[in-house]
Amino acid sequence: MTIFFDGIASGMLLFLISVGLSVTLGLMNFVNLAHGAFAMLGGYICVTLTQHAGIPFLASLPLVLVGVGLVGVVLERLLYRRLYGATHLDQVLFSIGLLLMSIAGAHFVFGDEQQPLELPNYLQGQFNLPGLDVGIYRLFLIILGAAIALGLELLVRRTRFGAQLRASVDNPRAARGLGIDVNRVFTLTFALGSALAGLGGALGVEMLGLDPGFPLKYIVYFLIVVAVGGSGSIKGSLLASVVLGVADVAGKYYLPEFGAFVIYAVMVSMLIFRPQGLLGRAAAL
Amino acid sequence: MRQPCEMPKDVGEREPLRRAARWRAAEWGFWSLPVIAYFVFPDNLVLLSQIAITGLFCLSLDLILGYAGIVSLGHVAFFGVGAYAAGLLASHGHGEPFTGLAVAAVSAAALGYITSFLVLRGADLTRLMVTLGVAMMLYELANKLTDITGGVDGLSGIDVHPVLGYFAFDLYGKTAYWYCLAVLFVLFVLARRLVHSPFGLSLRGIRLNVGRMPALGTPVNRRLSAIYTIGALYAGVAGALLAQTTQFVAVDSLGFSRSAELLLMLVLGGSGTLYGALVGTSVFMVARYLLSNLNAQYWQFWLGLLLVLIVLFARDGIMGGLRRLMRLLRRNE
Repeated sequence: MTIFFDGIASGMLLFLISVGLSVTLGLMNFVNLAHGAFAMLGGYICVTLTQHAGIPFLASLPLVLVGVGLVGVVLERLLYRRLYGATHLDQVLFSIGLLLMSIAGAHFVFGDEQQPLELPNYLQGQFNLPGLDVGIYRLFLIILGAAIALGLELLVRRTRFGAQLRASVDNPRAARGLGIDVNRVFTLTFALGSALAGLGGALGVEMLGLDPGFPLKYIVYFLIVVAVGGSGSIKGSLLASVVLGVADVAGKYYLPEFGAFVIYAVMVSMLIFRPQGLLGRAAAL
Repeated sequence: MRQPCEMPKDVGEREPLRRAARWRAAEWGFWSLPVIAYFVFPDNLVLLSQIAITGLFCLSLDLILGYAGIVSLGHVAFFGVGAYAAGLLASHGHGEPFTGLAVAAVSAAALGYITSFLVLRGADLTRLMVTLGVAMMLYELANKLTDITGGVDGLSGIDVHPVLGYFAFDLYGKTAYWYCLAVLFVLFVLARRLVHSPFGLSLRGIRLNVGRMPALGTPVNRRLSAIYTIGALYAGVAGALLAQTTQFVAVDSLGFSRSAELLLMLVLGGSGTLYGALVGTSVFMVARYLLSNLNAQYWQFWLGLLLVLIVLFARDGIMGGLRRLMRLLRRNE
C-alpha cells in the first residue's frame, strides 16, 4: 500500500511538472523539449527565495509561478512564436538548443552542486494509518495536483478563454476571423504552461533534487507523460502520470536491478497499443 | 517496379534520374580531401578516423531523416547495437574485422526492421518518443547487464585481427584511418546510388506528401520500413567501426546526448544531401577538437546557441549556403 501511495505521489509530481508541457505541446502542438528548463528555473527561483531571501516556502510558490510565467512570455514573444508554423523537427532542434543553453547557464550561475531545500516543519514528517505510511509532503502534492488538474480542466472546457484557446489551436485562421486575438491567446497559454512547469520544478526539488542536469535527466519522463496521456488531454496526462509514477516506484522497489528499464518498457508498450495516447483525440490533419 | 516496355531506352523516364546521379568534379575534389588530410595531418589520424566513423553514422541518419522524413531521437540505438555486436564478437576470439562489420550490420538491421513497425504506427511525436524509448531501454540494458557488456566500465579486451590478414591496427591509427575511410566510401557510393534510384525518389515523395504517394501506387509503409532498416544497418556498421578501431565500447555509445549531437551535425551540414552529413560532421568535430580546451560547459552553451541560430536563420545548413553561393556566382558570369 505504501508503495502504491508513494507511486501516486511521485506520479502527481510528474503530473505537476508535465501538465505545463501538456498545455504547450498538447494544446499548442509545439514540441518543447526545453520544458524541463522552465521547471529547473522554477526550482532555482524557489531555492533562492527560501534559502537566501528568507521567504517562507508556501509564499515563494506564487512568486515562482509569476516569475517563470514572465520568462515564458518574453521567450514566447522573442523566439517561440517564430516557430509555430515550423516542422516538428525544427521545433525539436530549436528546443534542444535552448535546453543546452539553459544547462550551461545554470552551471555558470549556480554551480554544479545539488541545491538544498528545507521544507517548513508542517510539511515534514508522516502519520501512520494501518498498513499505510502517509508522508505529509506527499499528501500535499497529491491534493495540489488534483486541484490543479481540476482547475485546468475547468479552464479549458468551461471558460471563454478555454473556448478561444481550443478555437485558435484547431483553426487559427477562422479564429482570427471571429475576432479572437490568436497571438495573445497563444502567449498567455505559453506563459501558463511555463509557469506550471516552474511550479512543478519548485515542488520537485524535495523529491527529485536540483542541479544543472535536471532538464535533461527528466525530460524523457515529461515527454512520456504527454505522449502516453494523449496530447491535449489533461485527464490523460493525469492518468498517465499516475500510472507511470506507480510503475516507476514499484519497478524500482521490486526490480531494482532493472532500474529505469521498467518505465521505458511501459511507455513503449502503451504507445504500441494506443499511438494516440490513452485519452488522445484522433490526429487532426 | 517494371518499366513500360515501349519506352525507348535512353530517353526513358529514368533519364533525369541518371543525369542527377552522374558524379561531378566537385565530388571527386571532396573525396580527395581525406586523402590529402592523411598526409597533411599525420598526427591527428585518430581524430580523422573519428570523423569518418561519425560521418557514416550521420549519413545513416540523413537517409532516414533527410530523405524519408522519419524524425528519430534514438538513432543511437543502432550505433550502440553495432558497436556491442562487433565488440563482443572480437572479445570472444572472432577478431576478423569484416566478419565483425557484417555481424554488426545484420544485428542492427534486424533491430531496425523490428522497430520500424513500432515507428510507423504513430505521427511525429509518437515516433520521437518510441525511438527515444527504444534507445533508452537499450541503454539501461547495456548498463545493467554487466556480465555481458561490462556495464559502466565499458567493454574492453577487444582484439581485432589485421585487416585482410595483412594490415595490423597500429598505434598511430594509420590502418584504422584507411579502414574507416574505405568502408565510409563504399557505403557512401551505395547510399548515393540508392537515393538516386526510383526507390530514393519515392522516399522523397513520401516526405513531401505522404497522402499522395499511395495514389501513385507506392507502398508507403514498406518503403519507410525498408529505409529505416537500411539506416539502422549503416549506423550499426559505424558503431562496429568505432568498437574495432578504439577496441573499446563505452555505455554512452547508447546515450541520448549522442543522438542530439548527431542531429545537430546533420542540420549543420544540411539534411537530405548526403554530403551535408559529411560536411556537418567534419566541421562539428574539428570545431569541438579546437575548442576542447575551453570548459565543457561553455562548449555546450555555444552548441545550443548554434542550434537555435541554425533553426531560425539557416535552415538548410552549410550545403544550402554553398548552393546559394554557387547560384550567385553563376548569375554573375
